[in-house]
Amino acid sequence: MNKILIVDDEPNILLSLEYLFKKEGYEVFIARDGEEAMGIIEENEPELVILDIMMPKVDGYEVCRHLKKNHKGVKVIFLTAKSKQQDIQKGKDMGADLYLTKPFSTKDLANKVKTLMN
Amino acid sequence: MLSNGLIIAFTFGYMALLFAIAYFSEKSASKGKSYASNPYVYSLSLAVYCTAWTFYGSVGRAATNGLEFLTIYLGPSLVAPLWWIVMRKIIRISKVQRISSIADFISSRYGKNITLGGLVTVFCLVGILPYTSIQIKAIATSFDILQYSETTRNLFRIPFYQDTAFYLALALALFTILFGTRDIEATAQHEGMVMAVAFESIFKLVAFLTVGVFVTYFIYDGFQDIFNQAALRDLDHLFVLQGDNGVSEWFWISVLSMMAILFLPRQFQMSVVENRDEKHLDKAMWLFPLYLLLINIFVLPIALGGLIHYPEASVDADTFVLALPISYNQGWIAILVYLGGFSAATSMIIVSTIALSNMVSNNLIMPLLLINDRLKNRYQHKLGNIVLWIRRGTILFIILLAYVYYKEISAHFSIVSIGLISFVAIAQFTPAIIGGIFWKKGARIGAMAGIIAGFLIWFYTLVLPTIVTAGFLPESLMEEGLFGIYGLRPQHLLGMEGMSYVSHGLFFSLTLNLMLYVLISLFTTQSSKEHNQAVVFVDIFKYSTTLDSSIIWKGQAYLPDLKTLLYNFLGEEKAENALLEFSFSTGKTLSNQNYADPELVNYSERLLSGIIGAASARIMVGSVVKEEEISMEEVLGILRETQELKSLNIELRQKSVALKKATSKLQSLNETLRLNDMLKDEFISTVTHEMKTPITSIRAFSEILMDEDLPEEDRKRFLDIIIQETNRMSRLIDQVLDLERFDSGKQKLSLEKIDLRILILQSAESMLQLLKEKELKFEINFGFDQMELMVDEDRIKQVILNLLSNASKFAKTRVLLHSFLEGDYLVVQVKDDGKGVPEEEIPFIFDKFFQAKNQTSKKPIGSGLGLAISKKIVEYHGGQIRVFRDGNLTVFEFSLPLYEEVKEQTQIQKTYE
Repeated sequence: MNKILIVDDEPNILLSLEYLFKKEGYEVFIARDGEEAMGIIEENEPELVILDIMMPKVDGYEVCRHLKKNHKGVKVIFLTAKSKQQDIQKGKDMGADLYLTKPFSTKDLANKVKTLMN
Repeated sequence: MLSNGLIIAFTFGYMALLFAIAYFSEKSASKGKSYASNPYVYSLSLAVYCTAWTFYGSVGRAATNGLEFLTIYLGPSLVAPLWWIVMRKIIRISKVQRISSIADFISSRYGKNITLGGLVTVFCLVGILPYTSIQIKAIATSFDILQYSETTRNLFRIPFYQDTAFYLALALALFTILFGTRDIEATAQHEGMVMAVAFESIFKLVAFLTVGVFVTYFIYDGFQDIFNQAALRDLDHLFVLQGDNGVSEWFWISVLSMMAILFLPRQFQMSVVENRDEKHLDKAMWLFPLYLLLINIFVLPIALGGLIHYPEASVDADTFVLALPISYNQGWIAILVYLGGFSAATSMIIVSTIALSNMVSNNLIMPLLLINDRLKNRYQHKLGNIVLWIRRGTILFIILLAYVYYKEISAHFSIVSIGLISFVAIAQFTPAIIGGIFWKKGARIGAMAGIIAGFLIWFYTLVLPTIVTAGFLPESLMEEGLFGIYGLRPQHLLGMEGMSYVSHGLFFSLTLNLMLYVLISLFTTQSSKEHNQAVVFVDIFKYSTTLDSSIIWKGQAYLPDLKTLLYNFLGEEKAENALLEFSFSTGKTLSNQNYADPELVNYSERLLSGIIGAASARIMVGSVVKEEEISMEEVLGILRETQELKSLNIELRQKSVALKKATSKLQSLNETLRLNDMLKDEFISTVTHEMKTPITSIRAFSEILMDEDLPEEDRKRFLDIIIQETNRMSRLIDQVLDLERFDSGKQKLSLEKIDLRILILQSAESMLQLLKEKELKFEINFGFDQMELMVDEDRIKQVILNLLSNASKFAKTRVLLHSFLEGDYLVVQVKDDGKGVPEEEIPFIFDKFFQAKNQTSKKPIGSGLGLAISKKIVEYHGGQIRVFRDGNLTVFEFSLPLYEEVKEQTQIQKTYE
């Protein structure tokens, strides 16, 4: 089974995404901040990570950097409210596979994840 | 006493030392460090006034006339305070007009007249020649004494090629040429020469003081002893102030020396041309008299000591300073004295000769060369070089001539008498110069007449007698007068008796000179050139800051011709530099013009004046300019215009300063506006960002709810969340609008008289449930019984609730609510025992959207606007809100004013923050 990690400091968003992907049949892990996320990555080695950027303690960029350095095979999707042109560019430059902005469409997100996983 | 070879060695050694000093200071100056630009050096350089006369002659004079020797020092000391008026003006004029000598000064003042310049030069030569020769005499005599311990040898019979003095004179000429004629510009300053002269001033002072101390304290037992012994020998008449001829003698000689200190060519050179800063005058005014005092202290003791020691005039009193140490076998002191006298003599010769050579080249030879068109064209291209070589030749010529005069004539006379004769010659320039700088009406013809007449009388009363004494003219002239007319006896004109030889000559020459100058000037009209110069000289302090205050040119000047002229004299490189400088300072470009404008012509003339003198410069420039007559009115008009322009300029500058101030004020206002704009933008982007979060949840869950397979439990839950988030958004929007109203001042508080205790308790009540759920202890405390204030009830409740809600999020075990009175305020405090607000965040905590980082607990539901709004509410009520730490408790505190006045004050304060 494919493993997904969802990182966001908003509990409701975590909830909605957890429900969504569990329904799609993935094994879902959640983290409320970057620190937690890194711990889960080490322990459970998910194949795909959905990252919010603005989070306390360790932000999404750092997690992304960490992944690109140490877990090159893992797919990274930024899911964030930061929607300015330069933010999008920055995200792409960091090596993310996808950069999506909030609010998002659940169907759209699910499809994209499916594509990436294959 | 000492061998010829040894003395020569010392002499040349000393000259080598001088050379070294001069050389190194020139080197240093060319690198930028000028030792001569120093008030002390300046004052010392003025001491070139003290020559062999001071060194030898004073003692000689004191031995016959007692304290009368002091008169030539009294003059300068008395007049020194006046220097600030006279000297300062002369220096300023000379700098502005680029004047390099006395002759130039006079010539320039009276319309840049060549004849006058030439006349002054010739008279200076004639007047100073005797003086120069006695310096050589002093050197020769002292050399001789040192060698043979006696002066009985007749020095004047030795053929010149065997005469050491001749070779010394040549060496001096060489030294002078080397350091006085490096730069073609006569107004250029001679760093090396000034330093050498200053050194010599110190040296001669030290030498004289040494011999003075020796005589007073070693030969005798101090001042008292000398005077006692002198009295015993009937020499006490020398202690008294009155000389042979009474008080009037003192008066005349003092006046004479006042003029000498100002106008002697060497004094003019050092005090005016070599002056580097007008402010140095302030120090020199008292330093120089001090020097004079020091060098004269021991004169009388030495004179008396000599008279006591050498009875019956066996030794010439002029030589006491040298003879005494030799008699006591003090070889080293003798050498020191010899070198001291050498110093004194050589400094005079060097400076004087340089000054004279400048005058000769600029005011005598150059004009002659230039007047003759043929000569001018022939030498056109080498003029710069020619000027330098003329000067060098002149230096050699003057010194050699002085040597000849020494051998032929000055043998017969004492140093002092010849010196005084020279002084009277120079004094003839006084009316022309002093009149020239203070009296606009002083005219050229008057000056010329005065000077010529003065010189004639000078010659007749003072020089003629010396020629008679030397045997070149019959004695009968002295006794019977010219053509046998009794009233024309050279020493008793008009039957005047009772004046000494010198004061008699001074009186008559100066009186006639002054009378002619004043009377003729009163009845002549000046030419426009003359008048222009008169105005510029007399009013120098008004005009010296304008770019050009020389004669205004009117006419056409062909630029290439002007350029060629400058090339010829300055050399191509310097000329180009000068032209560049002109462009820079005036902003005018020269390259594409055929005709030079008047300003450039003036500038060129000034440049050339510095090299060849004002009169010659005028001729040269005149030759390339087709000049038109410019009337007096025009000249004055232009001068006036320049003054007006100056004041306009000042006004302009003031306006520009004001404008700059206004602009910077506008700029800072603009900055503030832009900042506010930016903050507004930031606010909007933050708000929209904040809104995205609830919207994201709402959308996500809405899409999830579309699924028909959704379990009922989840469906309920998710709908709940949607409603929650909708509320959240709603609240956010409300808060933003609220804040906006506060900011724009449109907020209205509905104030009512409320009992604060009840209000606080009501707020607390609504939080009880929440606090219980969180298992936090809640404590309420009141420091007053009843208090009714005009407040907006809902709003204050809002604030308290906000604070309590925050406290509940952070508290570990308890929350405290205190309220009490303090001063003019009612204070409410909400305390919790949580982590607290970090030091660095305290200033920002009440800012919009600021949310404290590093929270270990869950993300608060608050939007970050709560505290910002609370702050606005409190401030609208005229109160203040703050946060601080009290032990392990975090305290949020707000205060409300009890009285209307306090509230208004605080509100006003807040508006201006």
